[in-house]
Amino acid sequence: MLAGVTLVTFVLSHVIPGGAARGALGARATPGQIASFNQINGYDLPLWDQLYRYLEGLVLHFNLGYSYKSNEPVKDLIFSRLPKTLVLLGLSTTLALIVAIPLGILQVVRRNTIVDYLLTAMSFLLYAMPDFLIGLLLILYLAVDVHLFSIAAPDASTVAGILADPRALVLPVLTLASTTVAAFSRYMRSSMMDVLTQDYIRTAQAKGASKSRVLYRHALRNGLISIVTLLGLSIPAIVSGAVVDETVFNYPGMGLLTYNAALNNDVPLLLGTTFVAAISVIVGSLVADVLYAVVDPRIRYAKR
Amino acid sequence: MAVMDPGELSPEQLQLTRDDVGAPLPSGGDMRSSGSLSRQLLGVFAENKLAIVGAVVVVLMILLCYIGPDFYHTNQTSTQQALLYSSQNSPPGAQYPLGTDSNGFDILGRIMYGGQTSLEIGFAAAGIATVIGVIWGAVSGFFGGVVDAVMMRIVDVFLALPGIYLLLTLTVIFRSSEELLILVIGFTAWLVPARLVRGETLTLRVREYVQAVRVMGGRGSRVVARHIVPNAIGTIIVNATFQVADAILILAALGFLGLGVPAPKTDWGSMLSNGVNYVTTGYWWEIYPVAGAIVLVVVSLNFIGDALRDALEVRLQRR
Repeated sequence: MLAGVTLVTFVLSHVIPGGAARGALGARATPGQIASFNQINGYDLPLWDQLYRYLEGLVLHFNLGYSYKSNEPVKDLIFSRLPKTLVLLGLSTTLALIVAIPLGILQVVRRNTIVDYLLTAMSFLLYAMPDFLIGLLLILYLAVDVHLFSIAAPDASTVAGILADPRALVLPVLTLASTTVAAFSRYMRSSMMDVLTQDYIRTAQAKGASKSRVLYRHALRNGLISIVTLLGLSIPAIVSGAVVDETVFNYPGMGLLTYNAALNNDVPLLLGTTFVAAISVIVGSLVADVLYAVVDPRIRYAKR
Repeated sequence: MAVMDPGELSPEQLQLTRDDVGAPLPSGGDMRSSGSLSRQLLGVFAENKLAIVGAVVVVLMILLCYIGPDFYHTNQTSTQQALLYSSQNSPPGAQYPLGTDSNGFDILGRIMYGGQTSLEIGFAAAGIATVIGVIWGAVSGFFGGVVDAVMMRIVDVFLALPGIYLLLTLTVIFRSSEELLILVIGFTAWLVPARLVRGETLTLRVREYVQAVRVMGGRGSRVVARHIVPNAIGTIIVNATFQVADAILILAALGFLGLGVPAPKTDWGSMLSNGVNYVTTGYWWEIYPVAGAIVLVVVSLNFIGDALRDALEVRLQRR
């Protein structure tokens, strides 16, 4: 899987029309400049040799090349930004789960009442709104009109610095969490409804278990299984959402780095962030798989 | 698949089930006797009010965007003309029902003009994603074995690449245009239908009628095209509906990141991201009408998709 992602980024770096040199140096570069650029970056070598060097650098030194724009190693640029993005992703996903699961349960308990319909309507609306619009409306109403939170994200350079400024962190986290909440609570509702129609629930009710006991002891645990599946599946979408979110709030994470790289035609940096984002998705999916085993005892990995 | 209530089965069916003990029961694609697919689809709309509302909204929006400009003439192509002959950022009034934007373009006209792009890209990208996904999934599931393993690993690799990163890279490497956006969004969205159709194919290819075709000498391509794909069509249509909605949202996000269709063309996302530059100045008419258009279409498509899914009893894994 990792090998596949590596191959995709390698291929992408070689399909730039007019060659990487034209992309980096601009349309008015002289043939001499292009030749020397190709020589420095090894683009004049045979393709298999380039692939070998690329893999060797990647495996031994995690070398992702140098940014065209700032000439710094892509690796350093990414590693200075990655922890901040992970903070954002972690906080917002946790928040989304904390909000979405009780909401979904509430909708099941109050199913087909006004509460249920209102919440369903709200989640449809949130889901259909572009992320950046949610972010900007939150800024407008909670930071500009009412000075509850800061307009911009924390600009501290360290993770600790970012966490030390919670007023600035609230809106980016809230924005990223909102679409996830919409999707998760809808899914939680339908998955709980499914579970509640099953035979063992009827058995539990017949035994005289109280309503809340049936709901929380019997239904919730099975309802959570599909949420964990969904969590694993939506990690790429959440990581993508972070790019827009960080751009809206000027949050100094990997998403903003990627966005700026795109504006500057900085292909090595773009491919580097794409590669790292893919790795974080793979790791995230692994975590979801482990959670799977925690939530559902029927699933056990490599026990025997 | 929900556990089937034995009470719903007739004695003959129960008998059949006992005879088949040991062999897994074919699942998915439940038998239905309610006529052709198109009649089933019509039935869905007849039963579900939200789906009717959704369908009406989508049709009206398409009419507004494509027929609207024939009745409501505005200049939407020449920035120079717009800057010269109309006032910029003017609020809604008699002359401009929804006001003008920062270039002096009439917003109502621009919603129609941008809507054409957004809807075209949305539907075309979803179409491409569905076609690629269906072929990929059907071939993978039908041949199985090594072919299946390799093809599905490729899907896994692309699933691990977060969409926006791939989109940003591709739109930077190749210059952005409407055609490119269709291809790029379609190319990042085909993975879900590929997985769904593969799953359906795995259950369909062991059915007796498929085996019968093979015994009669039908080639693989015939089995896939005439028997597997038509039987998975419910899953495919439901997913395609959601794909259109998602493509419109992705396009909006790309527009915000400045990678939407290049000027003088526009799309709803680019319009909205222009408008939100003025979020603090109170030019609400540059934000809410176009935001409303996006939300209306996406919500309507979701209503339609949900209703279709409920009706066709397709279990989907959506994000």
